[in-house]
Amino acid sequence: MASTDGIGEVWVFVQVDNGCAAEVSLELLGRARELAAELRTTVGALLLGSRVTSLAEGLIQAGADSVYVADDGSLAPYLTQPYARVISQLIRERAPEIVLYGATTTGRDLAPRIASILRTGLTADCTDLRIGSHSTKEREYEQLLYQIRPAFGGNIIATIISPDHRPQMATVREGVFRLPVPDSRRRGKIVPVPVALPAEEFSVQVISRSLEEKKVDLKGASIIVTGGAGVGSKDGFALIRELADTLGGVAGATRAAVDAGWIGHEHQIGQTGTTVRPKLYIAAGVSGSVQHRAGMAESARILAIDTDPHAPIFSVAHYGIVGDLHEVIPRIIRAYRSKA
Amino acid sequence: MSLRIVVLAKQVPDTQNITGQAMNEDGTVNRAALPAVFNPEDLNALEEALRLRESHGGRVTVITMGPPAASQVLRESLYRGADETILLSDGPFAGADTLATSYALAMAVRRIGPYDLIFCGRQAIDGDTAQVGPQLAEKLGLPQITCVSRIDLVDDGSITATRSIEGGFETVRAPLPALLTITGEANDPRPPSSRLVMTYKHADAELHRPYDDSYLDPEDAGAEVCMIDRHGRPVCRARIVLWDIEAVEARRDQVGLRGSPTRVKKITSVQLFPGEAMMVEPTDEGVTALVRELTEEHILG
Repeated sequence: MASTDGIGEVWVFVQVDNGCAAEVSLELLGRARELAAELRTTVGALLLGSRVTSLAEGLIQAGADSVYVADDGSLAPYLTQPYARVISQLIRERAPEIVLYGATTTGRDLAPRIASILRTGLTADCTDLRIGSHSTKEREYEQLLYQIRPAFGGNIIATIISPDHRPQMATVREGVFRLPVPDSRRRGKIVPVPVALPAEEFSVQVISRSLEEKKVDLKGASIIVTGGAGVGSKDGFALIRELADTLGGVAGATRAAVDAGWIGHEHQIGQTGTTVRPKLYIAAGVSGSVQHRAGMAESARILAIDTDPHAPIFSVAHYGIVGDLHEVIPRIIRAYRSKA
Repeated sequence: MSLRIVVLAKQVPDTQNITGQAMNEDGTVNRAALPAVFNPEDLNALEEALRLRESHGGRVTVITMGPPAASQVLRESLYRGADETILLSDGPFAGADTLATSYALAMAVRRIGPYDLIFCGRQAIDGDTAQVGPQLAEKLGLPQITCVSRIDLVDDGSITATRSIEGGFETVRAPLPALLTITGEANDPRPPSSRLVMTYKHADAELHRPYDDSYLDPEDAGAEVCMIDRHGRPVCRARIVLWDIEAVEARRDQVGLRGSPTRVKKITSVQLFPGEAMMVEPTDEGVTALVRELTEEHILG
């Protein structure tokens, strides 16, 4: 796959959850549209599963020019190897320029397997994608995909490129790009993809799957109160939840708090969690790593509460309170309740 | 049934606990000043392997790739009970991205003969990519189960494990051999054993090519029995075996920077400086004034 002649399509792998296209896939179609316009090429959506063809129209409205549909009973539920085979085969046949995946559990399970089959580059968890040039002593490269991501615990932002290998592939977190507004006038074509896989690709069996209804709606919340390492304990999170409940908001958490087991992963905000843009974001005991900030910096108003006046969270905050959250939060609750 | 389990571990800079000493004057992180640690989820992978060996019998082999100093994660593995350790270290391996890393590790794993399971941590804290596990599984032609929070059962020829997926869990069964990536939810890793620390604290990597594990057989002339396990069986002193590119017969154009499709075009260090926030006093008066302001702006209801 070392050919870089001509510009192939920009592709998006469409994850299907409970019969619907995942939001992150639609967000990526929106971004793919912009990248494709810059590259003067078209957008392809990869749709795999059982009885999924009916989703193709929605993908065209979200930005796809072509939807490659592998609709086969053997492709539900998702299994790594059959999906990786079908997609890498299609990539070999049609030579897209770029392939994007949501950085979901599924995307992060699938994309590296495909990169390994094709021996091409893959960048995980991008927070931005752009088109740009690159020059080395040997040659000039035009129209490369800049794959931009924090690394090193969020202390650096790295721009990664894959100059000599195609396709250029990246996974991107949910919420990084805006959901495109469906355009019912858009027209596209549906391309059926035949599925013929040897039995050994199905050696893994899904025995059971338990999905809990997503109880926490971080993306839809207009107020989020997030606790970080400074909360100190599982019991300390009761205070975070109390403030969230009082203000009519939702409790969020940093990765440190989730990793410590104080609150569930579904509350996690940041590059490895959910990206949010509420009206008010209250960060309590959050130091503010780049990865966390990547998930909340676009909030309309940010209030940071921390004992360390040099905590990086204050650099993105609109309001700062230097103090112990265990004392400050009860004061906020009292002040809010007494204002009415 | 006895299990041969390979654990892949990585030494990483401790990006989770950055202290003032690791900061540059311009507010960026001095990466060279960060202490090197055992990647946290790789310790969870090692713990799962040790537990399975305790319940099923067998052998736990830990492999790491890195500079000579990375032998520290192998000593740490020996302190916790690993049977065999291999350090993959050579100039040409340097600068590898995840694809070139998975190729080099695949070449090393192929050297050691038949195995039942390969365990990796889900991801490393320096890059958070979670890519090497699936890439390695593909190179070795193995089924993969990623993001495993619990191993339910290992029986004749298969493993059943529960993995985290969006909004829930999924239990899957894969035939052996298989590769699993383990998350921090799986277990609490054991601390080092003081007896094993005494045994291995001076252990250093020694080049041994080709692969030969006869020193792990108590009957072998080269074996050095260093203790008796809790079942009364002799335990042979483990080694930190050093392998270079020649030992694993890897292709030079597929390892290190040369074998890496990706390039770092640019790195921007993030400045961790306070900005222009309006500071509010942590008093009742300060907080009340803030709540009033946010209410007047219709941000608070």
